[in-house]
Amino acid sequence: MRVNFVLSEVATGLRRNLTMTVAMILTTAISLGLMGTGLLIAGMISDMKEIYYDKVQVSIFLADDVTDEQRSAIEQQLAGSPEVANHIYESKDEAYARFQQQFSQQPELVQNTPADALPESFRVELVNPERYEVIAAEFPNGQNGVDQVRDEGDFLDRLFSLLNGARNATIAVAVVQALAALLLISNTIQLAAFNRRNETNIMRLVGASRWYTQLPFILEAALAGLIGALLAIGGLVVTKVLFVDKTLAGPIRAGIIPPVDWGAIAFISPVIAAAGVGLAGVAAYVTLRLYVRI
Amino acid sequence: MIELQHVTKLYPASSRPALDDVSTEIDKGEFVFLIGSSGSGKSTFLRLLLKEDDPTKGNVIVNGKTLNTMSKWQVPKLRRTIGCVFQDFRLLRNRTVAQNVAFALEVINKPQRTIKRVVPEVLEMVGLEGKAQRLPSELSGGEQQRVAIARAFVNRPLVLLADEPTGNLDPETSEGIMLLLERINRTGTTVVMATHDYHIVDSMRRRVIELNGGALTRDQSRGVYGVGR
Repeated sequence: MRVNFVLSEVATGLRRNLTMTVAMILTTAISLGLMGTGLLIAGMISDMKEIYYDKVQVSIFLADDVTDEQRSAIEQQLAGSPEVANHIYESKDEAYARFQQQFSQQPELVQNTPADALPESFRVELVNPERYEVIAAEFPNGQNGVDQVRDEGDFLDRLFSLLNGARNATIAVAVVQALAALLLISNTIQLAAFNRRNETNIMRLVGASRWYTQLPFILEAALAGLIGALLAIGGLVVTKVLFVDKTLAGPIRAGIIPPVDWGAIAFISPVIAAAGVGLAGVAAYVTLRLYVRI
Repeated sequence: MIELQHVTKLYPASSRPALDDVSTEIDKGEFVFLIGSSGSGKSTFLRLLLKEDDPTKGNVIVNGKTLNTMSKWQVPKLRRTIGCVFQDFRLLRNRTVAQNVAFALEVINKPQRTIKRVVPEVLEMVGLEGKAQRLPSELSGGEQQRVAIARAFVNRPLVLLADEPTGNLDPETSEGIMLLLERINRTGTTVVMATHDYHIVDSMRRRVIELNGGALTRDQSRGVYGVGR
């Protein structure tokens, strides 16, 4: 295979259809960028699940006037319960310290909150997180020093269904964009093949192999896919630096939201690049098989 | 060299066959005129030899290969043994004469060394040695057809197919082209030429195969164009 010949054909083709090429690259970039965002959100969700679900499933908040006997009775009951895998006691001071850390970006809120405003609590990890009702029944609200039993899992479920929805919406838009990108690629390749029909007809007649005839078109699409992928990766890097790292700095430092680290971007970049190159190449190949006689 | 066995070709859009039970044989080194009015099946005949189309019925054999059973990936190999010339030259307008000829070799992976050697040779043979760097638009019709012939012949094909190669040319220029095709034929290349040009057919007195409405109606060695023209 004459590399120079193929490369010069690719360059000529991309230049000749400049507007179509730009459109093709941009749609590909947007699609892949959204796909990357979806993957990052998915990674973030699983990180968050590890942070939250493992730590706590049920919180038992104690009343302000709880007595020492009531507290130790609750603790014994938890220690003896077969439903409970683990439990941690958090005092008012500890709760306040965690609150201070979580809201360190909002000093007014911290200043305006008295140190004893936050209740002491037991953080309970269940053997089976679904069995919240059983624990709630064992510790009726407002009795024996218990103020309230809250299923953190329920809150987390709602949070995660929101995040999952965001991820799904992102990926759905990515898929629609990918469809548009594929159609554009197909169109561009048809146009390129039409522009070069004299060359390809002659190639066919003098016995150039099918592969030799098609490769410039496939490479043309694959190159556009690669450029689109690079733009998408650049977009993700810019989003991380300018949006995630700046705007979400507080919650990330407080441990509420896991950070988007470079490792995650480095991990999905090859996936995006492969998807861009692969999809564009396959779209071009299928187009040539279906629409173009070579 | 070339053999058609009861070949029928039907195009989907037409009820009348383009070729109707045609059988013939062309030996190595022959020069054959394929004549007949427009729509008589001459172009279909040539297309089948190139495996641009497959016959509906019958067998086409070229250079010892039965084309019906040939797989797709073998077709390029077949076409490397067949040269093609057309009425409309089919040159690449943005490439010089030498580049047009070299293109046919480049795309079948001939080494650059060979290309550098054989392109000037073949251009000299067709009488264009001084015009290698010209663009096709700077040449006359006859000269453009010589470039096309040089491109068809540069890879030394066993068969040269010419579809009305003089159709766009005046009689004197046509004569020059015919001399060139004769010369190529003398190197042992089989030449099959579809034509309407009765002057040429009558003056050359070569084998004539006449098609009429897709049927082979005459096959005559040293023939003339005929009275029915």
